[in-house]
Amino acid sequence: MIIQVFGSGCTTCKKFLELTKQAVSILGLGVEVEYIPDIQKIVAMGLMQSPVLVIDGVPVIVGFVSDIEKIQKVIKENIK
Amino acid sequence: MNIFYPVQLLADYFTTSILLIDLSSRLGEVTSYFIYDTIKIFILLFVIIFFVSIIRSYLPPEKIRAILSHKNKYVGNVLASLLGIITPFCSCSAIPLFLGFIQAGVPLGTTFSFLVASPMINEVALVLLLGLFGWKIAFIYIISGLFVAILSGIIIDKLKIEDLVEPFVYQNSINGNINLPIMSSKERINYALDYTKDIIKKVYLYILIGVGIGAYIHGYLPADFLAQYAGADKWYAVPLAVLIGIPLYSNAAGVIPLVSALTEKGVAMGTTLAFMMSVTALSLPEFMILKKVMKIKLILIFASIVGFGIILTGYLFNTIL
Repeated sequence: MIIQVFGSGCTTCKKFLELTKQAVSILGLGVEVEYIPDIQKIVAMGLMQSPVLVIDGVPVIVGFVSDIEKIQKVIKENIK
Repeated sequence: MNIFYPVQLLADYFTTSILLIDLSSRLGEVTSYFIYDTIKIFILLFVIIFFVSIIRSYLPPEKIRAILSHKNKYVGNVLASLLGIITPFCSCSAIPLFLGFIQAGVPLGTTFSFLVASPMINEVALVLLLGLFGWKIAFIYIISGLFVAILSGIIIDKLKIEDLVEPFVYQNSINGNINLPIMSSKERINYALDYTKDIIKKVYLYILIGVGIGAYIHGYLPADFLAQYAGADKWYAVPLAVLIGIPLYSNAAGVIPLVSALTEKGVAMGTTLAFMMSVTALSLPEFMILKKVMKIKLILIFASIVGFGIILTGYLFNTIL
């Protein structure tokens, strides 16, 4: 399982990265969250909002979410 | 009949019976004005941002792009400006929007129409205009904002200056069709509530300070005090207001309540409108960020066209209002 956060390097994206890291550690998944500050990659996925949470290559959260429980829920639903 | 009449009663009651300030005194008037405006604005913020967010959950930027990439030039400019109204904008989303639009084949001018309208006609500005100036001025602001956005885009198209965009932008092209995560209606409501809370959290302090200073000006500055410096007959007021507005973007929420009080004291309405448009549409941090994807010359052309449009709007409404 690969969990990635794509961002533009702005403060909102970094905040989202921290929340995602927390969510992953609460869930006890034992994987590293990868941070990719590359807007062109986001655009290449067809998206125009940042940050984006990608699990195994599929964008599952698009745009900033501040609710850590929602992030946990989405991660849980999308891991195989 | 004013639907906010009960709020006025509440503000008066709070001032006289709880704070024990005489309403007919200057302090009483200022206090009641502050409480009334604050409550009214927060009610409007909540209601309007909530509804805009619901609409927005159906029209994320990715869908807007799909609509815009199939339109011809003029229709595209009009649609881009209209759709810009409901799109949230912060300077950190300028680059992904710009790249995403251009690389999916949306024309440069259409993209610029969107980049002008999106920050200029935003829900926070609308709420403040509606709450502090009334629906007529809010409506004039929207219509003239749309005009500036549409015309700026059309002019940029006509200038054929695609070569001023950084070459890497056109080297990548993308397929505009993607599947976004699907939302249930409960998720839409939650999204709208979250978004509304986030925005209010972000702007409430600026609004309180702005309304506070506004209330003070309202009560303590003589009427028409500013007419001698910024009345409709002062030709330099409009361009000066536009220049002052450029660095003030992050404080749009605080600036508008302040400006509303200044209008009462003699600043002409067209000058006020031009100032607010400049605060929202011309933003220094956004220009700095856009440097990553376009040459400075293009940023300057863009800023001059929009600035010129705003100045004309200011003169127009100083003449007819």
